[in-house]
Order: sequence, then structure tokens, then C-alpha cells
Amino acid sequence: MNDTKVDFTNMPDERGHFGQFGGRFVSETLFYALDELQSMYNRLKKDPAFQAEIDHDLTHYVGRPSPLYLAERWTEKTGGARLFLKREDLNHTGAHKVNNTIGQALLAKYSGKKRVIAETGAGQHGVATATVAARLGLECVVYMGSEDVKRQSLNVYRMKLLGATVIPVESGSKTLKDAMNEAMRDWVTNVDDTFYIIGTAAGPHPYPQLVRDFQCIIGREARSQCLEQTGRLPDALVACVGGGSNAIGLFHPFLDDASVAMYGVEAGGLGLDTGQHAAPLSAGIPGVLHGNRTYLMEDENGQIIDTHSVSAGLDYPGVGPEHSWLKDLGRVNYVAITDDDAMAAFRSLTKVEGIMPALESAHAVAYAEKLAAKMDRDDIVIVNLSGRGDKDILTVAKLDGIEV
Amino acid sequence: MNRITETIQALKQQKRKALITYIVNGDPTPEITLAAMHALVSAGTDILEIGVPFSDPMAEGPVIQRGHERALAHGTSLRSTLALVKAFRETDKATPIVLMGYANPVERMGYGEFAQSAAEAGVDGLLTVDLPPEEAEDLHRCLRERELESIFLLAPTSSEERVKRVAELAGGFIYYVSLKGVTGASHLDISSVREKLSVISRYSQLPVMVGFGIKDGLSAQAVGTYADGVVVGSALVEIMGSGHSQTQILEGLSNKVASIRTALDQNSK
Ligand SMILES: Cc1ncc(COP(=O)(O)O)c(C=O)c1O
Repeated sequence: MNDTKVDFTNMPDERGHFGQFGGRFVSETLFYALDELQSMYNRLKKDPAFQAEIDHDLTHYVGRPSPLYLAERWTEKTGGARLFLKREDLNHTGAHKVNNTIGQALLAKYSGKKRVIAETGAGQHGVATATVAARLGLECVVYMGSEDVKRQSLNVYRMKLLGATVIPVESGSKTLKDAMNEAMRDWVTNVDDTFYIIGTAAGPHPYPQLVRDFQCIIGREARSQCLEQTGRLPDALVACVGGGSNAIGLFHPFLDDASVAMYGVEAGGLGLDTGQHAAPLSAGIPGVLHGNRTYLMEDENGQIIDTHSVSAGLDYPGVGPEHSWLKDLGRVNYVAITDDDAMAAFRSLTKVEGIMPALESAHAVAYAEKLAAKMDRDDIVIVNLSGRGDKDILTVAKLDGIEV
Repeated sequence: MNRITETIQALKQQKRKALITYIVNGDPTPEITLAAMHALVSAGTDILEIGVPFSDPMAEGPVIQRGHERALAHGTSLRSTLALVKAFRETDKATPIVLMGYANPVERMGYGEFAQSAAEAGVDGLLTVDLPPEEAEDLHRCLRERELESIFLLAPTSSEERVKRVAELAGGFIYYVSLKGVTGASHLDISSVREKLSVISRYSQLPVMVGFGIKDGLSAQAVGTYADGVVVGSALVEIMGSGHSQTQILEGLSNKVASIRTALDQNSK
């Protein structure tokens, strides 16, 4: 990292840029809605009543704070740094996604819009949106690639039970990116009465900022829990990166702590050299998709290419713009973990700690194990356990050749 | 003078409205597009808008999305689209051509290289759906250097301030999106179009073309009463995707465009 002091807390700028990344690359119709959202958010952000409402919901509905748990048996087995898990899997609905949907649904409520829409990959964000919509009595429509509808059938059914309409998207690669396209099209059409709850720290400004702000509860808690339990800051943070919301939520409150190293773990799929992966920060180049400039997976003609990951939640060709900026600054290291390594970590954490991670989170677990093994026994590594693995049981059973 | 301005001025003198037609390069196959462009012109098109296919066409409805997918299945690209324009210019040096697409293929080629190649091929303007004026300044500068026009969209939701900003960078014409929605939608509201056009004319001298939701002579004529011209897209892409033979497709295109032309020319009487 270079020596000039970067102010991490002051980003993005007022037009939504993180250096060359971010911004607002959307069709004209949506500008008005984005302006409206931004000014409402800027106002409510400073409103103690709004913050109190979020805090109340996070405590009594989501069940925060989530524990910071020292995984002793896993640490012993790894034989290196002390491994702590930030237990976002224990949140209501089973993942970090709900931290964001609580916040955005409150924004929807304040905006007076009665209909919310969302895109989802693994289905966790769809479930988290359907959940808060049920609680607030809002109509909820969730777009999901038809491939993901098959891979994540349990979550599809959960959303339906919660009263949401799930619309399978048949265009393009039929995964998360296409679900996002379709949600944008819905929003353009129904912009007057619809609030779009984006599920990750990507999309046009102000979404990357507001999703980050809502997810920062993860890092703020982890920071004070770590100080309380160990008397000092961690040496490293590890989180998986799909669109990047759980990672930026953990990282952001530590960015000014120069001694804390950070690792964002992308989906390496079948291996970076095979091209069959979802790791734009490790193997992509900057471009424009879904309303922002960021690292992307694309071909030489600028077409977005199909991604591959065993975990639906990481199967996305882009990434939130703040991560692209942090990569170029060198503040965060971005690495990749293959399907096979993630599967092995899924099994091993389940056996050693009795904690079944989501396949997304298993990527972070796998990298943390490699990292910690090379570190001192006094060192501290915090791993974001972004979600629980129940939703993935059918996928794992299928890989094992078992009919459940 | 740029071909776009030249064409529109000539139409004004004849008191006629402009007819802009949109098809996607390479849809359904690369072989048909050149012939289709000539057929569109013969049937009464004033300005050709050629869609550059993109993997994630966020602003398109299902009809044009499928057009993009058909074109990409044959490897159609921005480069092959520039080659297409060059081929078209061998026999038609007058009809203006606007490329319409998304930012990423242009970013990938590089703004400078795009502007140079496009000007050499005979392109007249570029409309990038997801590149609003705020983000378009660098590209705009490159286009200006090669005397290419930046075409921008305005929408029913555009504030007066945004109308003003677009008016500062826009060239050739302004493309007014007639409705809140994606291409091919059908809830066109003529009276709201009329109101917005009068707001736009307060800030810009440029002609305003109205698109999205215009699919036949009737809707074209209604919009043409207030606008300087109309853009027809989905109705033509539907014909391109009909699965019929090349001859039938070209005939279908010609008939459709001729009927819209006839209806639109009623406005000049
Ligand atoms: C449990 C879990 N972790 C991580 C992700 C990836 O998203 P993000 O990178 O925004 O945290 C998902 C997405 O569905 C998820 O369900």
C-alpha cells in the first residue's frame, strides 16, 4: 500500500464513485428513483429515530449481536492462529442478508411504497426479503434464475410460504445476474410504487453504500467483541465475496486499523486456469454492469461470460465497486478457493465444530484454514460465517450420490 | 454537417416526420442484417438504429432480449457491427446510422478506438442506454473529436434539471422514452408524452424522437402529431425472430415499415 493516507470513511463521493469504480450506469428512467432513494437515505441516516428502529429490529427480531466464537477444536486441528467465527449463521433466516433487508425494508416503509422486489441467487436474500416483507405487510416479488430455482428448491419453497411470488428468470445464463437484469426491468416499469431491495453491495449508487452501511454491524460487533475477548485487534479477517456484502460489512469498520490484514475469498470454481469460476477480482478486468463500474468477468468483446461455482450465492460475474477500489489500493487481498476445497471445508467444519457453514461461507473457512496454518499460535483470525448450510444439504447430498 | 442533422433538416423542409427503425445486428443470423438495412431504407426509413447485442440488455423487453440472444449465438460483436456499417456504406452513403447498445462493449474496445473505427466505418451517432450524461463525459469527448453525435435518452421521470443536463451534451436528436418500462411495452400515454415534449423543447433546440411502445401506424401517427419523429423497434425485431425464411422476413419488414411510413406522412397533410 502506498503512504498517502486514504480516508476510507468518506467513500463514495457524492456521485457514488470509489475512485474509478461505482457510479450510476442505468437507463434514464431510474435516475429519479435513485435520486429519491439517496436523499431519503441521507436524511434518515442522521435521524436517531430511524437508527433506533433498526437497532430495535436487529436486537429483537434478528437476534443480534451474533456471537464471536473461538473455534477451539478447529484451531487445534489447524495448528496455527486462533480461529474465531463471526456467527452470522445464527441470525434469523440463517445468514447475514437479513441485516440489509431489515434496513432497506424500513426505507421502503418510510418511502410509502407498498411493493418490494428483489433478486436472489442462493435464495438467502430472497428469503430475507420475503421475511421482512411478511412482517411489514408488503407485497413481495423475487426474481431468481431458473437454474438457481432448481439448485435451491428449499429456499424457493420457503419464500412461497412467506407469501412471496418467486419468478424464475429464463433469459441469459439463468442465474443471479439475469435475475438482477429482470428485477431492474420490473423496477423501471413499476418505479412509482415499487422499492427495489438489492441484496449485495453492488448496483447503482446509492446501493453499494447503503448495503455496506447496513452490513457494517458485522464488523462493528466483531471489533468490540474481539477487543473484549482477547484484549486486542485481530491480525486477519477472512470473508467470502459474491457481490461482497458480508465481506464489506466485516472489513469496513477495520479499514483504518493498519495492522489488520484482510482477505476476500472468491469462488474459484473448477480452478482459475479453467475459466470455470466466479472470481472477477482475481481474474477479471474493470467494466460496466448492473449500474456500476467494477471488476467483471467478460470476453474480449465485452460480453459478460457465464460463471461457475458450486455455491449459487457466489455465482456472479461482478462484484461490489468498493471491493474493486480496495483491491487496486492494495488494502484487501483477494484470493480464490475451488469448489473442491470449499466442499472439504464444509465437511470438516461440520464434523469438528458441529457448525454447518453455507457453501458460500465454506470458501472463507477453507482459505482461513490455509492462512491460519502459516501463522503464529498467538495470532487471531476472524472468519465471517455468513450463513448456515441447511439450504445446501440437497446440493451436498447430490454430490454424495444420495437421494434425500 | 453530420448525416443525422442533414436528414432531419430535409424532412423539416418537407414538413415530414422522421421514421427511425431499429433492428439488432446479427439477428437472427449475421447474413440477413445488411439486406434488412437496405430493405428498411427502401420502405421509408429515414434513420437506421442498429442494436449492438449485449449479454445483459437491462432496458429491453422480452422481444428485443431474444433478438440480442439470437445475435450473440452467432458471435455478433461491436467489431462485426462496425464492419456491417462499412459494408452498408458501399452502396448507401446518405442514410444516417445510430448504434444503440450498452456501455461495456464500447468500454472494452476503448473509447478512442471505438470513435475512430466508428467514424471510419460511417457511423453517425451512438446511444448507450446505460451511460447517462454524468458518466458519459470521456466518451462524449472522443465522439466529438470524430464528429459523432451522442444520443441521449430522456424519460417521463426526468426532472427539469436532468433535461437541462442532457441538452448540454446531446447531439443529433433527443430520444424520448415514451413510458416507464422496457422496450416493447404497450402502455403508451399520448397526453403525457405531449406535456413532456414541451418541457424538453424549452431546454433544447434538438429534434425529439419518441420511442418505446410504438408498434404500428396508429401509434406512430398519434405520437408523430407532437414529436419530430418516432422510433420503431420491437415490432420489427418480432418479425426478425419469426423463424420465417429470409425472403419472408424482408418482405414482412418492408410491409410493416411502409404502413407506418404512410400513417406517419398523414401528419404532414
Ligand atoms: C450465506 C451467504 N454468504 C455469502 C453470500 C454472498 O453474498 P455477499 O458477497 O453479498 O455477501 C450469499 C449470497 O447469497 C449467502 O447466501
